[in-house]
Amino acid sequence: MSNIAGTRSTLNWVVHLSVLGLVLLWLFPTVGLFVSSFRTADQISTSGWWKALFPSEQNLTLRAANPAEVEQLEEGGRWFISGNLFDEGVDASVSVWGVSSRDIAAFVPGDTADLGEGEEMTVGANGDYVWSGAAKLEGRGQRVFATATTPPEFTFGNYRTVLFSKSTTDSMAKAFFNTLTVTIPATIIPIVIAAFAAYALAWMNFPGRAILIAIIVGLLVVPLQLALIPLLRLHLGIGIGKGYLGVWLAHTGFGLPLAIYLLRNYMVGLPRDIIENAKVDGATDFQIFTKIILPLSFPALASFAIFQFLWTWNDLLVAKVFLIDATGETTVMTNQIVELLGTRGGNWEILATAAFVSIAVPLAVFFAMQKYLVRGLLAGSVK
Amino acid sequence: MSPALQGLITIVIGVGGCLSYFYFSNLFLDKILFPARGPDAGRNINRANMIRPWLFLAPALIALGLYLAYPVIETLRLSLTERIPGGGYRWVGLDNYRQMFREAKFWEAMRNNMLWLIVVPAASTAFGLLVAQLTDRIRWGSFAKSLIFMPMAISFVGAAVIFKLVYDTRPIEQDQIGILNALWLQFDGGAGSWALLKAIPSLILAGFAALSGYVGWLILRPVIVGRLHGFGTPARIVATAASAALVVLSLRGIFELIGADFNYGAPQTWLTVPFWNSLFLMVVLIWIQTGFAMVILSAALRGIPEETIEAAIVDGANPFQIFFQIKVPQIMGTIVVVWTTITLVVLKVFDIVFAMTNGQWETQVLANYMFDKLFRANNWGVGSASAMIIMLLVTPILVWNVYTARKEMR
Repeated sequence: MSNIAGTRSTLNWVVHLSVLGLVLLWLFPTVGLFVSSFRTADQISTSGWWKALFPSEQNLTLRAANPAEVEQLEEGGRWFISGNLFDEGVDASVSVWGVSSRDIAAFVPGDTADLGEGEEMTVGANGDYVWSGAAKLEGRGQRVFATATTPPEFTFGNYRTVLFSKSTTDSMAKAFFNTLTVTIPATIIPIVIAAFAAYALAWMNFPGRAILIAIIVGLLVVPLQLALIPLLRLHLGIGIGKGYLGVWLAHTGFGLPLAIYLLRNYMVGLPRDIIENAKVDGATDFQIFTKIILPLSFPALASFAIFQFLWTWNDLLVAKVFLIDATGETTVMTNQIVELLGTRGGNWEILATAAFVSIAVPLAVFFAMQKYLVRGLLAGSVK
Repeated sequence: MSPALQGLITIVIGVGGCLSYFYFSNLFLDKILFPARGPDAGRNINRANMIRPWLFLAPALIALGLYLAYPVIETLRLSLTERIPGGGYRWVGLDNYRQMFREAKFWEAMRNNMLWLIVVPAASTAFGLLVAQLTDRIRWGSFAKSLIFMPMAISFVGAAVIFKLVYDTRPIEQDQIGILNALWLQFDGGAGSWALLKAIPSLILAGFAALSGYVGWLILRPVIVGRLHGFGTPARIVATAASAALVVLSLRGIFELIGADFNYGAPQTWLTVPFWNSLFLMVVLIWIQTGFAMVILSAALRGIPEETIEAAIVDGANPFQIFFQIKVPQIMGTIVVVWTTITLVVLKVFDIVFAMTNGQWETQVLANYMFDKLFRANNWGVGSASAMIIMLLVTPILVWNVYTARKEMR
């Protein structure tokens, strides 16, 4: 279109740049969590995650080897310990260093520090040190404060902790399976129930149909907050109690209005000829529904399935009210994360990783089936 | 029994039960109750066809009635009663409501909810519209859109964790790990800070005030000219009053912003600063809902007839005129739909507040207040009363939706 009214290349550039800016702004928070989940606790708490992508200069507290554990060389009346301050495989370079926390930039690499009592220490740029004393070295390894540039470093350790450790507070494995257990029946059952109802509302004539549709449109917006106490009382009263059955039923009930609404709107749009031909050929309503309508409605079914999946997977409130009891055996991931926020508010490595584990599945579903999600959104917003 | 197995059995029983219910009830209807043979064949077919819709609808209707309709009435009843220790209920009339209205925390929640209702739908719709328009004609537009749409898949709790990291605070002598504080410490109170933190936000607020005023004027004009009769007039006057309130609020906001004394150079604990912390929580929801607004509005923009735009170009309209005077008026209906849908989400917002501040530091909202009353204070009467307030706030949208849906079906 812009070509018709002449080229406006500056404006084009502005458009490209502002879209890029917005996209980056929207991605930035999530990327932060993602990057953090691959960093160690130390790294997260000492520097912003955006610095993790580049070599960074950090103030480190390091320690020479423990004299009791390594061999000391004696040479000319002095005892020597040598080694490297950094863990194996770390490719860091020291810019300044010191031996006292009050003056961490006292020396440059290659200098020799006098530690008193005849002990001396020399640290090189790559972290190699020589520690020597007039007598045999004793005590703990000498502390060294170094300002060093370290390359980006990432670890899978957090994921190991969160997914495979036996710790009850940190492990997400159980919560992951609980969430899955809640989600799958809660997605499938409403589809079946809603599909039949939607067919009746779309293709069968009976008195009261218009009113029923209006009621369903109305129920679409009823806040589920209203349902919490009455239904919890009902569940406790009839013996379901708190548990999976209760949460499946609740999700089914809460998902039905949208399911019926989406499916009915889609089914109404199916060609009338097919259905009438089938009727003329002697098909019953049941056959028409299962053999013709259901297969043709696949896109709408998929749309709703994604909605319901995302909604049940991400839900906190319904699970908290209808599922999770005092034992906490049936906790779901969202609840586990909220509890982690309470007990481990500062442990970003655990939090970030746990959150990312819970986000990963919906994100995968989202990117794989985005087409259906968009279609469902377009059909689902009351026009 | 392992939950996974239990889940599998439930799927089988649930799906199999539903299918066999539908199959056998149909079979029973056709073969036994009203068989299509014998002397009454014709009448039987008609009878069966009258009953069949209800067979198809029955499970859904029972579930809807039990899980959505009954709770509305039951909650209303609970909000008018009080639990007697030891069991049973006592009718207390409006006492629960009176008690709730006396609580400062309730009014705090109401005030915050109103703020959420103004800011979140407006910001999400505006950003959504902006992105939809900008990505409309660029080649990587759909890629950009899917990235901005992505937060829709992230749970409120996950988003809360993501943004807690953004808002994180460290003592001044340490490196900041929250990006917001890291940026904040770049400001020193000089001219740059003044421009970025006072001048530009003031301009945005002024723009918002102007827009609200303009919309209010557009709404009011037919009433003044006298072209409108009956039902529309009161609604329009209310809407105009609301936009006038927005103008006053944003002008006051500018005034306060210019006079504000920012605490430069010190890391802020963003979630504990009253008023601002509510805005920081809203950012989370705006971040999520913008994608939704964008998808719907983008489809609406695509649906605008090309001829109207071509005609405007031929007449020499510039891109801004085309957008505001040709495109926006044509998708006004969709904008209203997006706005109301996000409004509904806002009214029910719970997880974000629950996970990030739990209503502390004056960030309480209605849904979290209700959860607090129900499950911490264990006060079902007041909890139900606050649930009814949420229902009351939703009702206008409910009526409007039913009204438009019925109009469309005709």
